[in-house]
Amino acid sequence: MATTNYKENFLNGIIKENPVFVLLLGCCPTLGVTSSAINGIGMGAATAFVLVMSNLAIALVKNVIPDKVRIPAFIVIIAAFVTVVQLLMEAYTPALNEQLGLFIPLIVVNCIVLGRAEAFASRNTVFASMLDGLGMGIGFTLALTLLGTIRELLGSLSVFGVKLVDADGMLVFILAPGAFITLGFIIAVMTWLKKRKPAHS
Amino acid sequence: MATIKSSFLNLLVTLTVITLLAGLSLGYVYQWTKAPIAKAQMEKQLRAIQGVISGYDNNPVTEQYKVATPDGKDSLEFFPAKAKGELIGIAVKTKSSKGYSGDVWLMVGFDINGNIQRIVVIEHKETPGLGSKMSSPKFLDQFFGKNPTQMILKVKKDGGDVDAITGATISSRAFSEAVQVAYDTFQSQNHGND
Amino acid sequence: MEYLVIIISTIFINNIVLAKFLGICPFLGVSKNTSTAVGMGGAVIFVMVISTIMTYLVQHYILIPLDIAYMQTVTYILVIAFLVQVVEIVLKKVSPDLYQALGVYLPLITTNCTILGVAILVIQNNFNLLESVIFAIGNSVGFTLAIALFSSLREQLDTADLPEYMQGIPAALITASILSMAFMGFAGLV
Repeated sequence: MATTNYKENFLNGIIKENPVFVLLLGCCPTLGVTSSAINGIGMGAATAFVLVMSNLAIALVKNVIPDKVRIPAFIVIIAAFVTVVQLLMEAYTPALNEQLGLFIPLIVVNCIVLGRAEAFASRNTVFASMLDGLGMGIGFTLALTLLGTIRELLGSLSVFGVKLVDADGMLVFILAPGAFITLGFIIAVMTWLKKRKPAHS
Repeated sequence: MATIKSSFLNLLVTLTVITLLAGLSLGYVYQWTKAPIAKAQMEKQLRAIQGVISGYDNNPVTEQYKVATPDGKDSLEFFPAKAKGELIGIAVKTKSSKGYSGDVWLMVGFDINGNIQRIVVIEHKETPGLGSKMSSPKFLDQFFGKNPTQMILKVKKDGGDVDAITGATISSRAFSEAVQVAYDTFQSQNHGND
Repeated sequence: MEYLVIIISTIFINNIVLAKFLGICPFLGVSKNTSTAVGMGGAVIFVMVISTIMTYLVQHYILIPLDIAYMQTVTYILVIAFLVQVVEIVLKKVSPDLYQALGVYLPLITTNCTILGVAILVIQNNFNLLESVIFAIGNSVGFTLAIALFSSLREQLDTADLPEYMQGIPAALITASILSMAFMGFAGLV
């Protein structure tokens, strides 16, 4: 019984309640750093780290935090982990750090993180919360990587940094409008797929 | 969910304790990452310098010094490149704030006569596919070996000799301005030494 | 003159929503109705300007002198959360109607990436206090402009006959992309 719950916990964030495509959270980095697949993966990984750690910490201390101050308390905890990520990336992945830029500290206001802290970690066990964080983090990373791969393929004619053809792609895709269009079409396709299979939940 | 009363004192204490704990842990992580961060930054500088001057055997980063720009508003970092103790050139880290999306940072390599060796774009936030083309050889090649007294560092639209990037005049202007400032500062230092 | 350049570039050329991708959540979430959108924009202008001033002071008079610049993220978000709480309390007393209209969106300003984003950008761009304030005003006005334009477009969109899977968010996003493209046309302005 408990095992089924854990599996559901974990997979929830990847498919059923995918933070980007279903819950429509975390849109800012989704649009902002997906001009290449690697950026998407990097951002997803950084966010996943914060999700797991902050869910863990919050589930640990949920019983000693008075109700009225819980949001600021959660925010401080999340901010601390985001700072850890900032420092680690500055030290060990400086190139990626430069690419992702402002969006790394902005993880602290990524609605997914605070959202999961409030909706899940503050009411569940430590282990379940960590799984939830991990699932959401992976779901987020997959979404970003999908978006990043499409944009990079169409916009720079390269995949994961490897140029396929020595020419310029459709520039619009690595620029701002391209992000909107790509996400819009992906969601449209997903909605269409969901509506086509009424037998599955 | 919470089993502690929401009295004002509790609120204050909880928040303060959490912030203090966060602060202390972060201080620890900061100390721990200070060295790797400094190392990463130095490696970035060295790579840029290697890209603009060749043939040196010293460590220009450890011998760096700052020189004030002629207008006094800023100072640029100078990285002297030496071979067998003799100065063969200087890499100047320069910038312009007039980029389309912010600062544009360049490393310009000068030989001792003020001729531009190579230029490397260190950092920019310009538009991908447009201003970002300033990092491509197609744009950069036009500066190599040139002396700013003969090549006017302004885009052709402004009466200069620089071939701007199509559709990215602002980025090209910022780039040229940064190189000009580097040269002016380089010259001012040279004349100071005479 | 510099200040005019900051204003024009933040409102049009590097619009915070359409070019910098900050504030997308409220941009998509609060733009179904133009008057709510404008109300949200107004609240953002107010919060952004004051929070930029406060975080600027924190950075320059506390973080830098004490060499704890790494505490930037934590302190900034605390300042912003605190400020939004204060705005909520004040608004409830001063203008209960607006408070009702904004509803749940008011506390959401805390997680609005534009507020924190601008606070950080101001430090990254090395602005002085006056430039920071102008930058904040410009960005928040740009946000309001984007969200107001977008919501009036969406109101029109609601009356259109679209295939089922395109309705709602997908159509909104594609509209946003066209709006973003339109704003790219401001590029040569300065």
